[in-house]
Amino acid sequence: MSSINRRDFGIAVVATMLLPIATARAEDVAVHIDNFVFEPAQLTVKVGQTVTWTNRDDIPHTVVCAGKFRSKTMDTDGTFSFTFAAPGEYKYFCSLHPHMTGTVKVE
Amino acid sequence: MSDHDHHGDGVSRRRVLECMTWAGTGVLWTITGGVPRSLGIVDSALAAEPAGMTFLQISDSHVGFDKPANPNALGTLEEAINKINAMPKKPSFMIHTGDITHLSKAKEFDDADRIISQAKLDVHYVPGEHDFIDEEVKLYKERYGRGTKGAGWYSFDAGGVHFVGLVNVVDLKGGGLGNLGNEQLEWLENDLKGRSKSTPVVLFAHIPLWTVYPQWGWGTEDGARALEYVKGFGSVTVLNGHIHQVMQKVEGNVTFHTARSTAFPQPAPGSAPSPGPMKVEDSKLRSLLGVASINFKQNNQPLAIIDTPLQG
Repeated sequence: MSSINRRDFGIAVVATMLLPIATARAEDVAVHIDNFVFEPAQLTVKVGQTVTWTNRDDIPHTVVCAGKFRSKTMDTDGTFSFTFAAPGEYKYFCSLHPHMTGTVKVE
Repeated sequence: MSDHDHHGDGVSRRRVLECMTWAGTGVLWTITGGVPRSLGIVDSALAAEPAGMTFLQISDSHVGFDKPANPNALGTLEEAINKINAMPKKPSFMIHTGDITHLSKAKEFDDADRIISQAKLDVHYVPGEHDFIDEEVKLYKERYGRGTKGAGWYSFDAGGVHFVGLVNVVDLKGGGLGNLGNEQLEWLENDLKGRSKSTPVVLFAHIPLWTVYPQWGWGTEDGARALEYVKGFGSVTVLNGHIHQVMQKVEGNVTFHTARSTAFPQPAPGSAPSPGPMKVEDSKLRSLLGVASINFKQNNQPLAIIDTPLQG
């Protein structure tokens, strides 16, 4: 756990340093996969925003929203991004471990 | 556990569960009249020359896995195969209950085959979810799909026992568990129809067909339908992998068993935040990896499952 916290801290520091020169990226939203859980599992974004999923587990995962988007298999530290162009509620899951579920609400 | 004897008036569910834990250290199980009895630890069990047909189960090789829980999954697979080659009685064949590879890469399949073929045994495979994640989902089927139906299910007979390999890792639904699907279940029903009820049946699939721990997805959504079709058969054995630990349950004439992985252990249900690979001390790893040997006596009973760790 402590290593994850350290990494979170590291990412936060880097993000802060990048902020002034990359304000457009501030619109992006991150979802992390830790311990077979999407975090945050419930998310509300605006039309046009991009969500990026990052797998931090030692086991591969996917992100699948039937008929909307489907990631390739993400190995450890693999990422997948999707830009939401239309409002709605997008329920997604990991096709390898279907008990892992999440929702993105787009307003 | 204070008392390993199962004599007298049957075995309570709780007693069976106690023995499941004990099985982790390697126990010879024998089933007589549906009642499980443990006969001894692995070494003394192995000393008694098994009569009848013996086959092996290996599982969850995860070739390509290189994370801290086991940086050399190919190496421990090779150790398992060496262990098999050293067995005093050559088994009739082997089944592999899936997750041959970690990421379905061609090299992972090739490496796995190179090592497993050293056992010089026929191997009957079923896929795990890790064997279907190549872009075109074709590498597993190219190698192991010949003569199978649908996503790779099939049946065969050996030593008077009817074996059915099932696939429960495709078309999984969000929020759900493992999945067999209508087409496969209809095929299974037909496959079993007309067979003598005295034929011992072995069902094998990657994800447990029984509900082990739904919170971690350890179960099969429509597994109960498959078990419905084997009702009435005198001896049914269900062999699975996926959960990387030995677990056993007996219900009526059905024995459920999950095998250890040859790659890395996973935590007991609910004992960790997630079912991910469990990092243990290097000196302990090989006691949590292993193979299973299943013995059918000619009169169908008793059936014995011996779980052998790579290292005591």
